[in-house]
Order: sequence, then structure tokens, then C-alpha cells
Amino acid sequence: MAVSIVATGVARTNVDQFRHAIERIPPIEYLAAGYYGRWIRAAGDLLDGSGALDGAELPPPPPAGSLRAVDRPPRFSTGDRVRARDMHTDGHTRLPGYCRGREGVVVMVHPSFVFPDTNSRRAGEQPQHVYAVRFEASTLWGEEAESDVAVHVDLFEDYLEAA
Amino acid sequence: MSAATQATGAAPDRPPTNAERTEALEALLIERGFVTAADVDGIVERFRSDLGPMVGARMVAKAWLDPAYKQRLLDDPDSVLAELDVGTSQTEHLVVVENTPEVHNVVVCTLCSCYPWAVLGLPPAWYKDPAYRSRIVREPRAVLVEMGLDLDEGTEIRVWDSSAEVRYLVLPMPPDDDDQIGGLDVDELAELVSRDAMIGVARAGTR
Repeated sequence: MAVSIVATGVARTNVDQFRHAIERIPPIEYLAAGYYGRWIRAAGDLLDGSGALDGAELPPPPPAGSLRAVDRPPRFSTGDRVRARDMHTDGHTRLPGYCRGREGVVVMVHPSFVFPDTNSRRAGEQPQHVYAVRFEASTLWGEEAESDVAVHVDLFEDYLEAA
Repeated sequence: MSAATQATGAAPDRPPTNAERTEALEALLIERGFVTAADVDGIVERFRSDLGPMVGARMVAKAWLDPAYKQRLLDDPDSVLAELDVGTSQTEHLVVVENTPEVHNVVVCTLCSCYPWAVLGLPPAWYKDPAYRSRIVREPRAVLVEMGLDLDEGTEIRVWDSSAEVRYLVLPMPPDDDDQIGGLDVDELAELVSRDAMIGVARAGTR
């Protein structure tokens, strides 16, 4: 674990690039490698990709942390009905597949954070608010859902539309 | 294949183990002068000695004893965290969710294994397992029973999928036996608060 952290630092990569590198591990190897096994593979891949070991000139280290202040107010408020957009990116995203296209209710307005979809490509931080959205289990899983269950998902503003 | 993925001491007839990969990568980074062995040991030592579930357990125990502290923990946990010397490792914004007789909370990260390191240390193996990550959102009541937590039929289960950078800590209910907790101080109470209770897969005082 410590070696993975150090290696991603040497490669000057951010946490979203690291998570994306883990997701790109071939599925069978991903499942067989175990948690920190995935880390060390992803860290090695990022280090190779950075050219650091070959003496390449590196970008500046990524800014620390993920919290970023934004000027605009949150688009949604607690109690708003929202729908998770049915987005299918080729790259990294933090929009879980199981809630895409489903309706829920905003129960918490979180602070604003770096947007992983773009940050994972070093294509800009695009900070934005994050919302805890409550989905009733029946909305996600239909008739087979357990009763009296709700699943809350933390979703970035760009993942949501008014319902 | 280039240096970092190739630099392993494995025998040619099998893929390298995780330990071999890790040792090879560490040796390479040290050899090229990017880090020292002391840098790596420093990170290991920090996780081994400074972080762990005792940080969260003490927060829970104090909340049981002090209603004003509990309210602050629920309203503004970041301010409580800022007073502790745990840094913001993997926990830039904390949310505390309270269990009651009517509502039970349980935490997961379906997309990877996000976890409130600053208050709970490193996650247990089962938390990182694809089975827990996929099933706890799909059939939490059944999974909790398998893990030894049988909730009353009417108890609402709230699953929190930490899919962004927000981290969740469950505030479990105190053991309902007053004889068990009456007169105990924070340190003694904290011993009743297991890591699993703060993830939401166990009751306090039961493990």
C-alpha cells in the first residue's frame, strides 16, 4: 500500500487517475489480484505511463485533496426530486450503473468537489456540488426489492437532472 | 512491458506475486533515487500506529455520554475531526448517520472501497470484497443476517454508497442494558464500539 502511494506520487497522478487505472486492469486479473494487488498493478501502470523512470519531464504534482469552493450556489436543494442521467462514458465515472435513469430525492447537499470524470483524464477539475440522493429499493430493484430499504448515492451535479 | 511492470524477481514460469511486485517496485524507486526506504516506512508506520477504529470508537463513546458533543458530531463532524490529530487522510468531509430503534444505517462503496480512514483506519477485507460491495445495496437485510445482525422487521435500512469523496460513520445505539454501560468512562465505553458497528454491520457491545 505504501509503495503504491509513493509510486503514484512519483508519477504525479491524482486519485481519479489512480482509480481509473485500477478499473482498466483486465477483469480476471482484477478479481484475482486482491485489493492491494490491484493498487500495486495500477501504480506500476501509472508510473510506466508517466515516463518518470525514463527521465521524462513530469507535470506539476496535482493539487492536494478534492474539496474545492465554487462561486455558484448548488443547483438542487434538500427535498428536490431528481433523476440520475443515463450516462455511459468510456472513461472513469463515479455514477454507479444501478442508479442510472432512476428517480430519487435529494437528502443532503454536500460541499463541492473535483469532478472525477474530467479529473481522471487531467482534463480540468470542474468542481461542483455533490448530493446524497435517496433511492427507494423498489425503484432500483423492482418487485424483488426488500421492504423498508433505501439506498443513498453521492452524486455529482452533472450526473443529475430535475425529475 | 516497461520497467515498473517488468521489475520483479519472479521465476519466469509464473506471474509475480503481489509481494514480489511490491518489493520490486519499491527497490526500483529507491534505486532511481525517487524515494528512500525511510519514506516508505514512514507511511507504513503512520497507518499502523496513528490510525485505527479507536479514533471513531472514542467519538461514539463521547457522543453517548455528552448530548452536546453528539449534536455537534451529527451537525458538523468536520469540526470534531479537525480537533483530532488524524489529518484528512481519505476523509475530507465526514458525515455521521445515527442509528435509532426505527432506522439502521450501513455503509458501502460499490465502486471501489472508499472508507473513512481517518476515524476507522484501513478497511477490513470483507468491506473490499466484490460480494459485499454488490450485495449490500441489493439485499442488505439478507446480508446483515448473514453477518450476524438480525434487525426487527419494521426497521428501515438506509444504505449509504460512498460513491464520491464524502465519508460516512455510523453512530450506533448504546447497548440497551444500562447495567452494562452505567458508570463507564469514555475509554471503557469505547471498547464496546467495534469497527463493524461503525460501518453498520453489527450492534455496539456485541463483538
